[in-house]
Amino acid sequence: MSDKAGKDKAGKDKVLEKSPVETAPLEPGSQSTHMDLASATPDPEGRAPITLINVREGMFSGAGDTSGFGGLVQAVQMPGKSERPYGEWFDAVVDILEELLGDDAQDAFEYVVVDRGELTIYVARDHLLTLMTHLRDDQDLRFEFCLGVSGVHYPDDTRRELHAVYPMHSITHNRHVRIEVAVSEDDPHIPSITSVYPANNWHERETWDFFGIIFDGHPSLARIEMPDDWQGHPQRKDYPLGGIPVEYKGATIPSPDTRRQY
Amino acid sequence: MSPQTFTTNATGAFASDDDAPEYTAYGQDWSEIAEEAKRLGQQRIVVNMGPQHPSTHGVLRVMLEIEGETVTEARAGIGFLHTGIEKNMEYRTWTQGVTFCTRMDYVQSMFQEVVYCLGIEKLLGITDDIPERANVLRVLMMELTRIGSHLVAIGTGGNEMGATTVMTTAFNAREDTFRIIEMITGLRTNNAYIRPGGVVIDAPEGTVDYIRTLLPDIKQRLDELADLQLENPIFKLRLKGIANLNLSSAMALGVTGPMLRSAGLPYDMRKTNPYCGYETYDFQVPTSTDEDAYSRVVLRMEECYESLKLIAQCCDRLDAMEGQPVMVADKKIAWPAQLALGPDGQGNSLEHIKHIMGQSMEALIHHFKLVTEGFPVPAGQVYQQVEGPKGVLGVHLVSDGGTKPWRAHFRDPGFNHLQALSILCQGGQVADVVVAIATMDFVLGGVDR
Repeated sequence: MSDKAGKDKAGKDKVLEKSPVETAPLEPGSQSTHMDLASATPDPEGRAPITLINVREGMFSGAGDTSGFGGLVQAVQMPGKSERPYGEWFDAVVDILEELLGDDAQDAFEYVVVDRGELTIYVARDHLLTLMTHLRDDQDLRFEFCLGVSGVHYPDDTRRELHAVYPMHSITHNRHVRIEVAVSEDDPHIPSITSVYPANNWHERETWDFFGIIFDGHPSLARIEMPDDWQGHPQRKDYPLGGIPVEYKGATIPSPDTRRQY
Repeated sequence: MSPQTFTTNATGAFASDDDAPEYTAYGQDWSEIAEEAKRLGQQRIVVNMGPQHPSTHGVLRVMLEIEGETVTEARAGIGFLHTGIEKNMEYRTWTQGVTFCTRMDYVQSMFQEVVYCLGIEKLLGITDDIPERANVLRVLMMELTRIGSHLVAIGTGGNEMGATTVMTTAFNAREDTFRIIEMITGLRTNNAYIRPGGVVIDAPEGTVDYIRTLLPDIKQRLDELADLQLENPIFKLRLKGIANLNLSSAMALGVTGPMLRSAGLPYDMRKTNPYCGYETYDFQVPTSTDEDAYSRVVLRMEECYESLKLIAQCCDRLDAMEGQPVMVADKKIAWPAQLALGPDGQGNSLEHIKHIMGQSMEALIHHFKLVTEGFPVPAGQVYQQVEGPKGVLGVHLVSDGGTKPWRAHFRDPGFNHLQALSILCQGGQVADVVVAIATMDFVLGGVDR
């Protein structure tokens, strides 16, 4: 881990050197690493809607990259925005939602992705609760089940580091939609949808516990898996896995998180 | 935002009254506490059931507030079996992940393997390339596990209510399903048998005949269980009209599986969103409208019989597909080791070792690369659901294009079901809490992951 931390620091210095216009200086301890992507990524407000999953340097991560590709920087991105027609019933669902949201639709929808036969709608957090209410109540949508909320941490996706993913399932129409909300680590607030989907109560507690996303309006946002006095949010990428090297007959096998990552 | 912002305690004291007397009871010393409580004239008693209780399918803590024999408030506290499986999976290859997720809910392990592998296959875009024989073997494994899981639910449920014979009969029948699973995979539980791209080894010769000889035994034990329980007046008195959960509550709380079907909705992922070829099998989805604990037990029994029908159909198909592949043709995804079944479980095939060590340098390189690095999965995310014995089991997988999951999140049905504990218990008798827990059917290993 110390290697990685050292690299991050170097990366940050580089960023500040390269782009003096960078307005929000990174807080100490924050793991947001622009690195060389800063130049490739314009201001987050104006950049193409896409989720940057990871920035790989070299062929393998960490120390021990003897491949000679140490200077290689690759940005790994989620499948990008899809254009209409989305196909199947996807257009209909998006149309109905746009109609129901009215003037807010423009602000509410960040973008829509159709990938591997699944529809993902990226939603601005301010409109999440209204959108969820429509998803549940409208007769043409009728997503009876919200199957929980799964947090995902993308440390390189600047100012959109934490994603909350809501898989929605409609029994009436037998449809499946994914609603995704992205927030920054500095302001990890998302409205709780427990008033619409009570089943999400524990799921939101779990996502708070593991990722530190704060669900505003949750009746009792306490830790659920970790002990109450636990420090930190274990499923974040900057939280180490831990583990000790295994020794056997003099040979040492490093713990899984310090092994070379491909 | 520091964690201290929130003062609410999930695992702390239930009542924060310093003057309230506190007792700790282990086993049989309740009478003294009852006397003491009577002397003090306390009406409102908070009972902390657990975090170690034999009837709780793992380590669960139930906090009950009781007045006399009536439960006025019930809350479940979980997290005692949290092992960080999801976090660990992010540091292992996609293939290694199977051995992790199979250990989450150790009673329905095959389902976790299947849902995880189906998710990876969707990410890879090879869902349609999975050989038919592999799909049949997957269905066979899932249905055997479904019987096993239901038998554990029914058996331990009976044990919790004081009927040890129910447990021994159920576990004997479950042992038969394990015999079949062991013959095919080499292991009784936590098999790591289903892998991305297919299954790890083909069923050995004679498996189908063996299953056919065991099926009547399993059926006979199921009949025994049904005879023992379903018309037993004590059993009916304990379960009928107890721990009710109506359809609207079940839907609001995301309850699925036999719990939802007992409330009248014939919802089964195998029928609505078929996977592994379930649409080609002939089976029914037992449903009830009684919405009580008794109907849930009856539904689980009926589902076991439906699973037997499915297993018989799998046997016929396996006969017809003798010798067909059980892993995708793409060698970059298929596990290179060509595992074989030895007397001590799964192991490397000697043929394969001979080939890579003695004949082909290239094969050795590929073996080494694929085993140490794993195969890359294109970046993206998917959600996959299957109908587990306990309810809808979902997995959310994110790949960053590497050989390890960026995120793997499992939606265990028990996690949702436990939220319904309050609705099932409040206003009922203390003794019925055990009935509610027994017929909800969850395993804390899966809930906490």
